Amino acid sequence: MIELIQVSHRYGDHPVLRDVSLSITERRVAVVGANGSGKSTFARLLNGLVIPDEGTVTVDGLDTRTDGKAVRRKVGFVFQDPDTQIVYPTVEEDIAFGLKNLKLDKAEIARRVAGVLDRYGLTEHRTRSAHLLSGGQKQLLAICSVLVMEPAYVVFDEPTTLLDLRNKRKIVEIVAGLPQTAIFISHDLDLLGGFDRVLVFDGGRVVADDCPGPAIARYIELMN
Amino acid sequence: MLGLYIDRNSAIHALAPGVKMLALALSALALIAVDNWRVLAAVLTAVLGLFAVARLPAREVVAQLRPVLFLALFFFAVHALLVSWQSGLVTVLRFTILVSLAVGITLTTRVSHMVDALESGLRPLRFIGVNPAKISLMISLAIRFVPLLVDLVREIRAAQQARGLERSVTAVAVPLIVKTLRMASVLTDAIEARGYDPD
Repeated sequence: MIELIQVSHRYGDHPVLRDVSLSITERRVAVVGANGSGKSTFARLLNGLVIPDEGTVTVDGLDTRTDGKAVRRKVGFVFQDPDTQIVYPTVEEDIAFGLKNLKLDKAEIARRVAGVLDRYGLTEHRTRSAHLLSGGQKQLLAICSVLVMEPAYVVFDEPTTLLDLRNKRKIVEIVAGLPQTAIFISHDLDLLGGFDRVLVFDGGRVVADDCPGPAIARYIELMN
Repeated sequence: MLGLYIDRNSAIHALAPGVKMLALALSALALIAVDNWRVLAAVLTAVLGLFAVARLPAREVVAQLRPVLFLALFFFAVHALLVSWQSGLVTVLRFTILVSLAVGITLTTRVSHMVDALESGLRPLRFIGVNPAKISLMISLAIRFVPLLVDLVREIRAAQQARGLERSVTAVAVPLIVKTLRMASVLTDAIEARGYDPD
């Protein structure tokens, strides 16, 4: 379970999260909100990339403030732009990067890389330069690079923003099929129908926390 | 170096990356001692033969060497004019042999293997405060991000041309620096999120 207790955070004088308390136990949680509403900071809190000014964030009992490394092993993070998270020049090398950080042996790394490439249809691209992949393939690579580490939770920070409709749907299909808990930040409201829970952020607070229908209706109301 | 590896089952592919890089370094030293163009031409022929042993497609090898050949012609012309054609030929052959060897290594070695070999090679320098893991990550990031930055420059130039700022260096440099710094900030988070620990 991921739990936030009275979490507040500010950048300089600008508060971005105000007294947020919630726990995540559902398998599919979506987060929506206008630009600057605090949703990306919320996402970064979940794996300790941002440490809150006030309050605590725990993942299965581990505090992001004191157990950052252990938390990051449990919570994978997919960023909006795959180009800024692909570290190695070729597909299979990039997927192996996180596994090397886990200090796995070479045979296990090779086994896991081959498995994830096969599962997500990237085997034929395994030695290709990441730079030469299409936008959808790059995002798929970024997702594979995270999933191969087998985290218990995966945070997706607007992974569909730069993609066409077909690739957006593909990403949502992948998320739907994951055995892990997925927290999915998005502006694409039409993709959130199958989620268990939707959090709506506004002005650094959670203003709606419901199943998709009512939560999305509240968000649309806020935007009007 | 920009992720040009070509997967083949060959003896050269199977060689340890450290051995290949050491061979390149030793070849560079040895070539300084050779000033007979006939010997150098024979060496170049042998080096080109290695591409066949590595079963690399000729088209790819030519594509990699073509830009270098223009540079080699320039070197030859300068030397031929200022010294002699024999001196020009020796310089060009030395240069072409070294570049061919480097291209051969690039095409037959995965970047991650090269970086791992470099990391192992730098390990003895830990006692003077050098962190091999940081250096190897820095190199792989440089290789990964060169084409990305080239694209970024192209994109910014096109945007500025559309606004009539065709000759302004500042109009390209400022957004390039800002975008690169933003990209670096996200990249740092991404590396951390994937459990990177240089120690």
